[in-house]
Amino acid sequence: MTVVDDRPATEVGSPRRRKEDARLIVGRTRWTDNLTLPGMLHLAMVRSPYAHARITSVDADAARQAPNVVAVLTGEDVKDIQGGLPCAWPITPDQKAPTHPSIAVDRVAFAGEIVAVVIARSPGEARDAAELVDVEYDELPAALELKAAAADQTLAHPDLGTNTSAVWTFDSGAAGTGGDVEAAISAARDGGIVIEREYRQQRLIPAFMEPRSFVCDPTGEQLTIWSSTQVPHFVRIFTAAVLGIPESKIRVIAPDVGGGFGGKLQFTPEEVITVLAARHTGKPCKYTETRSESLVSAHHGRDQWQKLTLAATADGHVTGLKVELLADMGAYLGLVTPGVPILGAFMFNAIYTFPAYHFTCRNVFTNKTWTDAYRGAGRPEATYAIERLMDELAVEVGVDPLEIRERNWIRHEQFPFTSVCGLEYDSGNYEAATARAKELFGYDDLRAEQARRRASNDPVQLGIGVSTFTEMCGLAPSRVLGSLSYAAGGWEAASVRMLPTGKVEVVTGTSPHGQGHETAWSQIVADRLGVPFEDVEVLHGDTQVAHKGLDTYGSRSLVVGAEAVIRAADKVIEKARVVAAHLLEASVEDIDFANGSFTVRGTDSAQAMAEVVWAAFSAHNLPDGFEPNLDSEATFDPVSFSFPHGTHLCAMEVDTETGQTTMRKYVAVDDIGTIVNPLIVHGQVHGGIVQGVAQALWEEAVYDDAGTLVSGSLVDYTIPSSADTISLTVDQTTSPSTTNTLGTKGVGEAGAIASTPAVVNAIVDAVRHLGVNDIRMPCTPERVWTAIRGASGSGGPSTAAAASHLGAGAPNHDPDSGAATQGGAQ
Amino acid sequence: MTTHPATGEALHTVSVVVNGGLRTAQVPARRLLSDFLRHDLGLTGTHVGCEHGVCGACTVLVDGAPMRSCLMFAVSAEGHEITTVEGLAARSGAAEGDLGPVQQAFIDSHGLQCGFCTPGFLTTVTAYLESNPDPTPDEAREAISGNLCRCTGYQNIVTAVCRAAELIEERGI
Repeated sequence: MTVVDDRPATEVGSPRRRKEDARLIVGRTRWTDNLTLPGMLHLAMVRSPYAHARITSVDADAARQAPNVVAVLTGEDVKDIQGGLPCAWPITPDQKAPTHPSIAVDRVAFAGEIVAVVIARSPGEARDAAELVDVEYDELPAALELKAAAADQTLAHPDLGTNTSAVWTFDSGAAGTGGDVEAAISAARDGGIVIEREYRQQRLIPAFMEPRSFVCDPTGEQLTIWSSTQVPHFVRIFTAAVLGIPESKIRVIAPDVGGGFGGKLQFTPEEVITVLAARHTGKPCKYTETRSESLVSAHHGRDQWQKLTLAATADGHVTGLKVELLADMGAYLGLVTPGVPILGAFMFNAIYTFPAYHFTCRNVFTNKTWTDAYRGAGRPEATYAIERLMDELAVEVGVDPLEIRERNWIRHEQFPFTSVCGLEYDSGNYEAATARAKELFGYDDLRAEQARRRASNDPVQLGIGVSTFTEMCGLAPSRVLGSLSYAAGGWEAASVRMLPTGKVEVVTGTSPHGQGHETAWSQIVADRLGVPFEDVEVLHGDTQVAHKGLDTYGSRSLVVGAEAVIRAADKVIEKARVVAAHLLEASVEDIDFANGSFTVRGTDSAQAMAEVVWAAFSAHNLPDGFEPNLDSEATFDPVSFSFPHGTHLCAMEVDTETGQTTMRKYVAVDDIGTIVNPLIVHGQVHGGIVQGVAQALWEEAVYDDAGTLVSGSLVDYTIPSSADTISLTVDQTTSPSTTNTLGTKGVGEAGAIASTPAVVNAIVDAVRHLGVNDIRMPCTPERVWTAIRGASGSGGPSTAAAASHLGAGAPNHDPDSGAATQGGAQ
Repeated sequence: MTTHPATGEALHTVSVVVNGGLRTAQVPARRLLSDFLRHDLGLTGTHVGCEHGVCGACTVLVDGAPMRSCLMFAVSAEGHEITTVEGLAARSGAAEGDLGPVQQAFIDSHGLQCGFCTPGFLTTVTAYLESNPDPTPDEAREAISGNLCRCTGYQNIVTAVCRAAELIEERGI
């Protein structure tokens, strides 16, 4: 009989179908909202319709009398026990922040803030009764527009005396990592090139598909919380810290979680309130938000003004970059709100060898939903700014945008390279990724077509956009995070347990919500221990199972979390090697391990891992003093971030008569080091690209003059459908990372970081000859059309205005500046 | 018709055939079909993503046609036949414990990540392929444009639709 073994030679690199899918595909899911516990009560929130108001009275009597209402809690009821929601990242010692109650007590600071919670026997009854809660407000002036807020025209929190939360600066000259930017700019004004621009990063909403849901069961010895969260370990720590409950009495479970994208990297008012309600009633309580609640009260992302000054020599070698940001915090500081723009601080220099760099960010409060991490968190903003600027520089110099990048980028032989921010990029090959992308894109042919269309005045013009990105991810080095005043570390933990029957349990501190860790970790461990893929069980997302961890965000799970898994597996092997040596009557130094088998070097004596595991379990015949246990734990704290990179090329067609844009072609060639599972990698890249394209073309959280979110449903907040997308071409080049065992780099955020500037660069490129050099995102047909109509003269290289409009008080994206002649970019 | 003993709200007896079995429950007139399936019948495979008919996550088959269960009242389903994700495999004739062709295609093509939107896609695609057994990728892309997914960028879902068509052909369903 012939046994056909169709297993891959190594699991790592193989497109394994996901283990997770078996349950997800048949509806055998464990979303938090699926849970029903005996006696469970349901919550409905009463939320403020006003952006800023004093609460003068809350009358909940009618609600308390409503059918099956068990209790109503107001801010007044819980003000002494609810604590304040935490911010884990105070970026400066003098950072200002208002207290952040879960239920507002006497003042609301954004529309959507919770003022009361109704607890009833069914969700419908809770919602009905919430309508009966009568809240009287005295409306206060609201700080809404970011620049006006930065000027303290209206105060979001009058008690703070200012809207500025903090100002954070990095200067390469002061840090000793580079030169003086002002000197570079001065020098460039005399015979060089100075490009000054102001770009707008519109406010976005993560808009994960599963609305957030929380269940708290107070009836056991431990308080058990189920949460649709990316960060169960954080939820445990902060529930303890905020509510004064011993951490050992809290168990947090993140069951199946339906997407996050940073939006579930939070410790939320709703979580605290669910716990408060459960403790108040003594019953299990559940809260599941509606989509409209999700869009208005789950945190938003981006929302910056970026003032940029790039200095270069006449032939396009960049000599300095100065970045001045205004970042909208919204009404409160969430878990990492103030740190999000700081995560971008070291990435404006991107893949380039800039010699001088300055970054300043002013974090500003407004009376809007608070902002926090959204896919890329700070790095998409930085990448957008620099990749837009590099296209502008190419125009100034009169060369192809790829040529200007090549003149400035780090050559592959320069790795490891220490950037102007002092970060060491371990590996990369921008030349290889770019060459592959050009080839797949048919770059030269599309440029030729573009020229033909321009020459023939085709009403539909073609533009080509370039984005050569890198990012710092794998959020990790604890020391670095500490130096940035982040409260937590960045390590990750894992354990590997060898079951007597030869099966393997892997416990990971990461907390996946769609990324396929169960599959990828199984592949890695299968290779490491020489066991079948199917024999590895990956456990996560429950603080009682995975007691130690820092969860999933910042493209950290593979490069940090899986490295911890590898190190735990290696510890298992080292322990097992001792047992194998004993059983084989050989010395430990002579024992080799490969393909799941221990052998004595130079002989054919062997012990399979399973035999060694059983020997350790039975413990009948172990070396003297050997602890009968092969299970191992590891905690990994890397010394560096992960630096994936890639070249994304986008072709956009722009109908100059209507402003309609159509994507023609999109090629992404990413270098994410060694690939564990190409199927999962492609999925991550696809999804990331489309989210980034959505920022360029469709999405924006829009507020009206009263501070009401008007894009508060999925009808108005226009996340893309399949009809909005085309078939993407995705490929990889590989420069293995030198900072972890497998050579992997993060991939979760890459697409979202890279794609936004590629799309906008393509649109601008299509209409630049009509006098347009910028269009504000999202590039709706109306904005594109207006830009074309508003353009005057040539948008070509080297008009005096292009180098001096900031001085003339005419920032590109600011409709109120009164002088937005640079491409009519409203 | 009876009334709720505590609230006095009128209750209606709703009998529907769900995944081949007769199910009956007493519900108020305002009960959404999505809540009826999830809470009254315990069929939590149907997911509610927006409750305003945009995202399509809650799509089920009503007499074989895709329907947003958040936009339909349970009482309107009286006497109709409903298929949810839990019943897709059996509906396709797959053997006990096996997957239907659309489900298998989504796994093969990595057409899901977090999986929250997936049941709505599976039901939508199942109905679509019954009337369009051999779609081009462009037609497949159009066919799923009423369902939102935030994870996949739709690339692998389009692939999965085409793969499902192949599997249906192969299995002779």
